[in-house]
Amino acid sequence: MIEFKTIWHYLTRYVDSFLLIGLLALMSVGLFVLYSATGANITRVSNQFFNMLIALVIMWMVANIPLQQIMRLALPLYLIGLVLLVSVALFGEINNGARRWLNIGITRIQPSELMKIAIPLMMAWYFDKHEITLRLRDYLGATILLMLPVLLILRQPDLGTALLIAASGFYVLFLAGLSWRIMIGLLLTASASLPIFWTFMHDYQRRRIMTLLDPTQDPLGAGYHTIQSSIAIGSGGIGGKGWLNGTQTQLDFLPEQSTDFIFAVFSEEFGLIGNTMLLLLYFLVIGRCLVITANASTQFTRLIAGSITLTFFTYIFVNMGMVSGILPIVGVPLPLISYGGTSMVTMLLGFGILMSIQTHPKLVKT
Amino acid sequence: MKQHVELRNLAAELSKFRIRLALSAGFMLVLFFILYVRFYYLQVTQQEHYHTLAEANRISILPIVPNRGVILDRHGQALAQNYSAYALEVVPSKIKDLDATLDELSTLIEITPTDRQRFKKLLKESKRFKSLPIRSRLTDVEIATFAANRYRFPGIEIKARVFRQYPEKEIVSHVIGYISRINDQDLEHLERNGELNNYRGSQYIGKIGIEQSYEKYLHGITGFEEVETDAAGRSIRVLSRTPPISGNNLILSLDLGLQQAVEKAFGDRRGALVALDPNNGEVLAFVSKPGYDNNLFVGGIDHENWKLLNESIDRPLNNRALRGVYPPGSTFKPFMALAALELGKRTPEYSMNDPGFFSLPGVDRRYRDWKPGGHGRVDLHKSLVVSCDTYYYSLANDLGIDNIYDFISQFGLGRKTGIDVEGEVSGLLPSAAWKMNQYKQKWYAGDTISVSIGQGYNLTTPLQLAFATMLIANDGKAFQPHFVKQIQDSHTGEIREIPPQLLYTLDLKSKHLEVVKRALVDVTQPGGTAAKAGANAAYTFAGKTGTSQVIGIKQGERYDEKRINERHRDHAMFIAYAPAEKPQIALAVLVENTGTGGSTAAPIARQVFDYFLLGQMPETTVAQLAELAEDHDHDHL
Repeated sequence: MIEFKTIWHYLTRYVDSFLLIGLLALMSVGLFVLYSATGANITRVSNQFFNMLIALVIMWMVANIPLQQIMRLALPLYLIGLVLLVSVALFGEINNGARRWLNIGITRIQPSELMKIAIPLMMAWYFDKHEITLRLRDYLGATILLMLPVLLILRQPDLGTALLIAASGFYVLFLAGLSWRIMIGLLLTASASLPIFWTFMHDYQRRRIMTLLDPTQDPLGAGYHTIQSSIAIGSGGIGGKGWLNGTQTQLDFLPEQSTDFIFAVFSEEFGLIGNTMLLLLYFLVIGRCLVITANASTQFTRLIAGSITLTFFTYIFVNMGMVSGILPIVGVPLPLISYGGTSMVTMLLGFGILMSIQTHPKLVKT
Repeated sequence: MKQHVELRNLAAELSKFRIRLALSAGFMLVLFFILYVRFYYLQVTQQEHYHTLAEANRISILPIVPNRGVILDRHGQALAQNYSAYALEVVPSKIKDLDATLDELSTLIEITPTDRQRFKKLLKESKRFKSLPIRSRLTDVEIATFAANRYRFPGIEIKARVFRQYPEKEIVSHVIGYISRINDQDLEHLERNGELNNYRGSQYIGKIGIEQSYEKYLHGITGFEEVETDAAGRSIRVLSRTPPISGNNLILSLDLGLQQAVEKAFGDRRGALVALDPNNGEVLAFVSKPGYDNNLFVGGIDHENWKLLNESIDRPLNNRALRGVYPPGSTFKPFMALAALELGKRTPEYSMNDPGFFSLPGVDRRYRDWKPGGHGRVDLHKSLVVSCDTYYYSLANDLGIDNIYDFISQFGLGRKTGIDVEGEVSGLLPSAAWKMNQYKQKWYAGDTISVSIGQGYNLTTPLQLAFATMLIANDGKAFQPHFVKQIQDSHTGEIREIPPQLLYTLDLKSKHLEVVKRALVDVTQPGGTAAKAGANAAYTFAGKTGTSQVIGIKQGERYDEKRINERHRDHAMFIAYAPAEKPQIALAVLVENTGTGGSTAAPIARQVFDYFLLGQMPETTVAQLAELAEDHDHDHL
């Protein structure tokens, strides 16, 4: 009995139970929706369950690492990620018209996924280094650190990931205290450079944006996604059609219904009430993350925790926004619910960092 | 003091951070609220509207695949056409035990092992929810049988489909190519070009030949219909329909009769023939022998047939006319002769004594003429008529490789012609710079000697040779060779002509051209190397024989056809145009492993001209002609 207690203590020492319960609740919702979305395909569901287990183990391992050690990884991780991204640009495998994967003999990897963690780590580390003498040129250096991988990912092309990584880096800049004047300046520059961006974009990316403005323009293509997912959500009404009873879902009207569009499945079957509960659940998790961030003791931990929290929110917002037709379709999964192992691991890795920040003894800076 | 300031700064930083964090929290709340408003709008305000769309009148949008344009020859004969038939299709994801179901199905409807194999292959390549054909061309009885038993086979359905058919099979297979099922690579390609939506519902895409290069014209524009379906997904009625726009029809310059004449003339020999209209660059005949039955590829070729085609020693899938490279042999000489005249290295009157060999000054090595003992006194005219090698050895030495390269490259040898199908190869016209680049070796005078009679590094495709011949026939007008003559809008019937495209004109003196052309006419007259092929022709034609070496002959050895493995025998070549005075057709013929140009390649050209100019279909094949020819050795080159 004592032994069991020791083991239990060892296992849970660095786990934030509030956060863990929130995550497990969301993941359970995910499994139920997936069961419906795949047409009661138990293989896909157990695959996903297995993905979740792996991701939870990784989260636990990360939570056990003290932050000083994670901090040491920031620069190497960033450099490795950058080298891999350049390799992708040079020798990457082309899949669905985009060069995103790198074959390293044993397996294929997607370096942009690594960058989702490496960027906030690197930038938080960078600002931690320059904490005392934070000047304009430090912000400039940080922006360059951010833009290098973002441009490489944009070229693959992977607009969704590029924007999300840019956002995660921007959050670090924002939380590190970038002055409002510069941010407004950046905003103006960004809108002025939109036409350049436009020329950088691939045809299909442009079409997606055009389609957002008028989905009926392309009823067989991207517009089809938006039209069908709007019908699914709207027809769900207040109470939903009930689990496994969504007609849009069960009759295969929905595209990508187990991955990027899984929210439409949820929304059709559980209605506005379900949506409210889901948003609340997400906000509870985000709220806990904000508390952890506010209590973080060092510049590095504050910035990394804040960036992870805001990025998590961004995923949710962008996914729900695109599925409900107020944002263009950029291929972003709904965190913890969409089918897929990679994004599950990336997400929980981030939460592992947050747990580590919360549960390891706070260092008092002198 | 300094420490104090920093600590204060840090405290300020911390409070600044907390303010920003609070702002972020507020920002997230606002965005969540926006999402919530959107959900409320969709699920409460518009619920009725979407409920109607989803439940009572569900609308699904179905693509309507356009009919693919047909391909016709210049006289309107069908080379690629469509037919409708009923096919039995399977959706694998809807079937639990696929093998058992197929076994059961085969008790009702004949499913051959070949059908099964093809289906298995498709299954591996496709997504499981795609509908895949297991049998096509169902008979009325089969349709009725299946209809009566349909309830036993969920996931299997009869579908009316349009199929592609190539009535002429191997006769035009290397021109037309084929369509086949769209694979992942095609999808990638389509997505990159932004054409994916137009292929929603399409099953086939052009893979090779005209079917591939004119895919954009042939495919058409996919239409779609909004269909009202009941809750189970069956369609009740069509709400709106945007009809598809059929693909354009292509009218080729190819003459099917001429293709058939070539086919007949070749018999079962391997080789290639390309015939162009020297007045506009239109391709009149384009044959690579053997051909293959391109219908096999449309539904997905089965393993056995694929193996048969792919592993055949005759390599029927190899497009020799477009992609085969061969040393041009003595067909290179007319271009050398023109170079000599144009660059002032020879006059028509100049003559030399041919002892049967040539040696470079101060070198022992002898470059032999094909005729032991030589041709005696040889001028330029005779050098072409009897195909004297020694004349060109000595000429090559005077010209030098750079002059040869610069002049002859104008005739398009060693360079893609830019014809309107994909996959053309460039061959090689060697130059000193090329050799340095390729082998890091300098060019030797001896290299030039072998180049001068079209051997050595020289490699040309039959298409290039036909192009070069056209340039002699029409006095230097380089028309772009092309297959497609007209594009017909299949709805309005309106025909758009593809105008001849004059790429450039060579600046050649007509008196020089006259000398060479007169000699080429005499090649087909008594005393010439193609005299037998020219005998009793109702028109005059000009030509040049050639032999393309497959293996090198060592110094001091002679080529002995009978002692050499059949596949290592020389290839016979012939370039020609007719009628000599006002050319209507210019061609290049290659017959693999049959020895000399005069005995096998030239008679094919004669038969092709007889058909084209006089309408006579050949009766004897070249194989028979070759047997008739007694004195093989006299027209070696």
